[in-house]
Amino acid sequence: MSLDTLTRPWKAFSYGFLDASAKREMRRKILKAIAVPGCQMPYASREVPIARGWGTGGLQATLTLVNPGSVVKVIDQGADDSVNAASIRRFIARVSGAATTLDTVQATIIQSRHRVPEEKLRADQVLVLQVPNPEPLRPVEPNMSVARQMHADADYGRMWLQLYEQIVRSGRVMQGASYPSLVNGRHVMTPSPIPRWDVPKLNMAKHLTILSAGREKRLFAVPPFTRVEPLVFDDVPYRVEDHAGLTCHRSGARGVFMNEIPQEDGTSLHEVSDSQLGVKLLNGEAPGEMWYRDGVFRP
Amino acid sequence: MERAAPRLVRAQPLLRMADVSKRYGDVVALEHVSAEVYPGEVLGIVGESGSGKSTLLRMMNLEELPDEGRYSLDLPGVPEHLFAMDGYARRMLRARHIGIVYQNPHLGLLMKNSSSGNVAERLLVAGERRFSVLREKAKQSLEASEFPLERMDAPPIELSGGMQQRVQLAKAIALEPAVLLLDEPTTGLDVSVQALVLDTLKRLQRERRITMVIVSHDLGVIRTMADRVMVMRRGRVVEAGLVDQVFQDPQAAYTQALVHAKL
Ligand SMILES: Nc1ncnc2c1ncn2[C@@H]1O[C@H](COP(=O)(O)OP(=O)(O)OP(=O)(O)O)[C@@H](O)[C@H]1O
Ligand SMILES: [Mg+2]
Repeated sequence: MSLDTLTRPWKAFSYGFLDASAKREMRRKILKAIAVPGCQMPYASREVPIARGWGTGGLQATLTLVNPGSVVKVIDQGADDSVNAASIRRFIARVSGAATTLDTVQATIIQSRHRVPEEKLRADQVLVLQVPNPEPLRPVEPNMSVARQMHADADYGRMWLQLYEQIVRSGRVMQGASYPSLVNGRHVMTPSPIPRWDVPKLNMAKHLTILSAGREKRLFAVPPFTRVEPLVFDDVPYRVEDHAGLTCHRSGARGVFMNEIPQEDGTSLHEVSDSQLGVKLLNGEAPGEMWYRDGVFRP
Repeated sequence: MERAAPRLVRAQPLLRMADVSKRYGDVVALEHVSAEVYPGEVLGIVGESGSGKSTLLRMMNLEELPDEGRYSLDLPGVPEHLFAMDGYARRMLRARHIGIVYQNPHLGLLMKNSSSGNVAERLLVAGERRFSVLREKAKQSLEASEFPLERMDAPPIELSGGMQQRVQLAKAIALEPAVLLLDEPTTGLDVSVQALVLDTLKRLQRERRITMVIVSHDLGVIRTMADRVMVMRRGRVVEAGLVDQVFQDPQAAYTQALVHAKL
């Protein structure tokens, strides 16, 4: 017997890039976050080779969960040389050996910056959201110690006050992305920065959602089959974006969330925001089960 | 709105504070202060700057705890020792049963929210979740405070000092509090505006028989508003009694000096 047989060969970095103690901390914090749905858990937030604020929180969660059998999908905008879906995906594959995919149905881990896919997620899939601002109370209470107290008291009146002000000023609720939502009847979270369209997809969903903010060093979670209720007035119902009547100019898709593309003549074209869904439709493939049909949510 | 007469004849004090002391380092802010306020009554507190008036009011508002002393409010379902309640219970009780108007509107108002929103916030904390009801009740409260309704959605930062105090008042009375605390509500306003705000307070007191504690270093304000008065100096109560009695026939040397300086 020699020392060689008892040790592992030297490697330039740990499996999945993060070292074992970092991953252990992440796992612990993720478990805590699952135990208290919607409650923000502080974590150390290690360095990863992208800048803070560009998805480091989501990346750390993904790197902790990934294994060689994982299939990873990343949702972000752009595909240039900067940080975007393509580069994050390549990085995860390189440090973990996991397979990658563009197809929601194939993926086991979906890391996303701003959307929940249009195809329904399953119990064996995990959604990791990169969160810029995890604190829903920040706009109404700049003092974070007071904000923590408010969470502890479930003192969320000011969140409704924010909606009140929007209705008074603009005649309707203007909150678009990051719509504040009550998780499991207890903690208000900001599911930032997904659109209103996507919030109902988190309610009583089969999949686990982990929301992680690397710059702010906090993460929270929506476990499977957990209530997620957007804050509303009893007499002013929640409304998702009015995209039901729009048609994707590239794929012909309808009844899903669209990106607006302003044209030089002042008009706008729309294209399906979940681009891989558009590709599927163009190729005549059948998409997976969808969360919306004809623009109407059906759980 | 008419309040039933029994509130007046009940002999039990609504608010009772006993033997309250508080120091900040070497500064003795309150020393063995006791106070009782009967239902429907207005208690005035006068005293020079630094005599502990605001500190006492903050204790009554359960914002702060004393080093020692007891505090109770005679309300159904409310525990007997309010200072012994945990922070959450204190905050909830305050939100539900106590209204306060601060001298500095920045302490009491969200300056950049709408004025009506400031009032609505009180109702939201109490659990109201209907937009139309919030709006209607905010309007009623502002109207009762004689706030010009056409400005109800203007943020306080754009309003005059007198208007800001009216928003604070509307907010304080929105939930029909058991007791209304007023800390120098008209200090810093010019004399004519001061008179108008005092008129509003008097009208509210007459119509609703709201139990009030009003702090002022202005004897004139106390004389017009209060039934009974408590004179404070260096954290102690030097004299207390009916307003007419204390002002006409002051017993303590300090009160005598105060009254004569004023006259
Ligand atoms: N948070 C605090 N920390 C330290 N000292 C304090 C604090 N609050 C009050 N004090 C001190 O306690 C004493 C009483 O203050 P308080 O504000 O109650 O007086 P006041 O009678 O309201 O005076 P004024 O008429 O100027 O408003 C003062 O000496 C003040 O400096
Ligand atoms: Mg004071």
